[in-house]
Amino acid sequence: MPDLRIGIDVGGTNTDAVVLGADGQVLAKAKRPTTPGVTDGLRAALDAVLDQVEDRAEVTRVMLGTTHATNAILERRGLGRVAVLRLGAPATTSVPPLSDWPADLREVVSAGEAIVPGGHYVDGREISPLDLDAVRRFMDGVRADAVAVTSVFSPADDGHERAVEALVRAEYGLPVSVSHEIGSLGLLERENATVLNAALYGVAAHVTDALVTALAERGLGARPYLAQNDGTLMTLEHAARLPVSTIGSGPANSLRGAAYLSGVSDAIVVDVGGTSTDLGVLAGGFPRESAAAVEIGGVLTNFRMPDILAIALGGGTVARSGGVGPDSVGYRIAREALVFGGTTATMTDAAVAAGRIPAGAEEWRERLKAALKATGTGDMSEGIADILQRALAVADGMVADAVDRMSLGRSDRPLVAVGGGAFLLPDHIAGASTVIRPEHAEVANAVGAAIALASGRVDTILPAGDSRTEAIESVKKEARARAVAAGADPSGVEIVDLLEVPLSYLSEPAVRVHVKAAGPLAR
Amino acid sequence: MSLTSIDANDIAALARGCAVLGTGGGGDVRTGSLAAVRAIREHGPVPLTRLADLPEDALVVPLSGIGAPTVSHEMIHGEDEPRRIVEEIERIFGRPPSAIMSSEIGGANGVAPVAWAAQLGVPLLDADGMGRAFPEVQMVSMYVAGLPADLVVMSDVAGNVVTIRPVDGLWSERLARAVCVAAGSHALMADYVLTAGRARGAVIEGTVTRALEIGRATQGAADPLGALQDRLGAARLITGKLTDVERRTTGGFVRGTATIEGTGDDRGRRLALELQNENLVATEEGRTLAMVPDLITVVDTETAAAVQTEGLRYGQRVTVLAWPCDPLWRTPKGLETAGPAAFGYDLDYVPVEELMARA
Repeated sequence: MPDLRIGIDVGGTNTDAVVLGADGQVLAKAKRPTTPGVTDGLRAALDAVLDQVEDRAEVTRVMLGTTHATNAILERRGLGRVAVLRLGAPATTSVPPLSDWPADLREVVSAGEAIVPGGHYVDGREISPLDLDAVRRFMDGVRADAVAVTSVFSPADDGHERAVEALVRAEYGLPVSVSHEIGSLGLLERENATVLNAALYGVAAHVTDALVTALAERGLGARPYLAQNDGTLMTLEHAARLPVSTIGSGPANSLRGAAYLSGVSDAIVVDVGGTSTDLGVLAGGFPRESAAAVEIGGVLTNFRMPDILAIALGGGTVARSGGVGPDSVGYRIAREALVFGGTTATMTDAAVAAGRIPAGAEEWRERLKAALKATGTGDMSEGIADILQRALAVADGMVADAVDRMSLGRSDRPLVAVGGGAFLLPDHIAGASTVIRPEHAEVANAVGAAIALASGRVDTILPAGDSRTEAIESVKKEARARAVAAGADPSGVEIVDLLEVPLSYLSEPAVRVHVKAAGPLAR
Repeated sequence: MSLTSIDANDIAALARGCAVLGTGGGGDVRTGSLAAVRAIREHGPVPLTRLADLPEDALVVPLSGIGAPTVSHEMIHGEDEPRRIVEEIERIFGRPPSAIMSSEIGGANGVAPVAWAAQLGVPLLDADGMGRAFPEVQMVSMYVAGLPADLVVMSDVAGNVVTIRPVDGLWSERLARAVCVAAGSHALMADYVLTAGRARGAVIEGTVTRALEIGRATQGAADPLGALQDRLGAARLITGKLTDVERRTTGGFVRGTATIEGTGDDRGRRLALELQNENLVATEEGRTLAMVPDLITVVDTETAAAVQTEGLRYGQRVTVLAWPCDPLWRTPKGLETAGPAAFGYDLDYVPVEELMARA
């Protein structure tokens, strides 16, 4: 039986949808404006691609990538109130929870904070016995929608976090976000991510409800999934537990989609939009992850995100005699660019003037010529032509510079150009072996969602001695189990990433181990 | 500029300045900044005092956090650790301290003492023991000045207080490290507790103010790099792009070399920067441009923010600045303690300003 997959990406401007066939071919694609409540844009894009499918019953899976969680944090909208518990007293009291949060976000999110006895040393001993009565006293005094629990060194020993989770669920009936499921070492950053996660439960429910309702309305029996920040998928149950993981899924999907459409697994991917260009790196088919801490809505977190370099250059970026942008006409490009009959010189005009024209839009060349003539006498149009030419040279320099920064000195990899503004890019870019322009590049993000795998990861500390090999095997097993829990087919799960970092200045040699397992979705 | 106290609004500038004085090392200033802001909000601004304002017998307590960076990022200091150390010192000397001092102004240990001083309600001395950052406990001005390392007081997150009476600096380091490991690889330490009288000439004065001024000069400046260079009186060794970072482990230390290729006016030049925890020696075509104990800091060319050695990455647009260390480090004992030979480099020390004059 044919097995169709629908990938949907809800971006800031557009909601894209694609249908992939059993052989992986793109059978249908659509772009619709994103709507404030997500739902209408989602329905419109879904309907647009379903109209091109003969038998809806053949759709078995629907994968959704969304910026909804990110926007909720940036706009402080729809966030739940979180009781913030740290286990570690008497350690860590010099910097209480949420110390570095913007005041307005803290006001919206925090239902109260406490540091209670508990947590572990780096060598596995308890800092203090876990004080469950102190947990109860704190919980009795707060009114919260959810609880976030962060214990010192929980990536190495999650016992105290699990005990508090069990207590809060049993005695208070609230959802609990536990830090060892969310971040790695670095207490404050992991705690921040854990609190954001707990604040997003309601937002996540809204998105999953919208998806489930949209599917039900259309009589689709397909299984739904959500995309996460590493370019893999989660079941809705998993996403309900870890909504913070959906943050950053847009760039990750775009990177994975670019790999799929171009057939290369190691490349620099350049996604050119209307106001900005995102650069990322594909390594072994997955996005390269950022080494630095990631800030979301003014809050520093340490969960892994694709390493993205954004530059202020897009199809709507304004070209002027002084240079390029950073302002853009954005969605008004269809009215304001010279090529569309407007009066603003944009980078789209600059590209067209240099003969860089999207496939099927050859008439833009003549339209731009006409627009330049209409701007005045020969002298003036020459002036604008000059500006466009110089702006394009500046833009090419910006791209080459950004590619160089992302390449880390390697210039032997191809560059995959995707996004609606990909035609802006030249055919030769220093730092890349070739420039590949795959078909369907304008919906690479939705394609990336549709082809994603399910994954699981573990980040912990292990002794570096004789027991190391055995310990790493058990960590691999745990990562595989987490991938299966996220929806992967047990027979297809593989370890896709294993990183060991030795730790210094400890009595017993130890290593920090990061393992990621991924595999195709179970049928 | 005369400054009488440090307020919460000063912490960002102080942290920026401490990072510059960290010469690539000294640890992350972020956690200490958060602790300082909180402690000031809770207890009020921290008075800054000069050595000249203290009576001869006033007690000064140098404080620093010691341990593994990975651990200090996860198991943050408890609020009571400084108080326990100070109470023990009061018991030993029979009087309370008049000021606490940063042992190391460069990096994390330059900012965190503001939090400790606020919690204790004790002024902070406008001085430190290095004027920069160094990796080893004996690389402090008090050691160079010949003060005895005969007392160490440590406290940990559990509430333990340990007093060590070592026979010399070697034992001081050995025993303090053993205590630190037992305490979970993270502890607070006071060593070289001294009177104001003995501190004269044995500490590097004015460094807290200097860090603040460095931070303020660059924050919001139209030309942050120029402002920083002026404020430091620094030589600009090169402006360019980081093209290679090589790290290797030898003798238990991570050593590395960063290569910076010149851009703009420096096109065609290539600078090699030798690193351990800190930036130690800068060379160009075999010619040394600057060396430890003079200060060498890598900054972002656009923002003039300091880049730590572990944060060096290919492709960064950076400028390397170098400027003279405190004269104390240029004495024979100072150079023996923290000169190029102390870090394993077969180089005769030449001050950076002389090297620049030859260029």
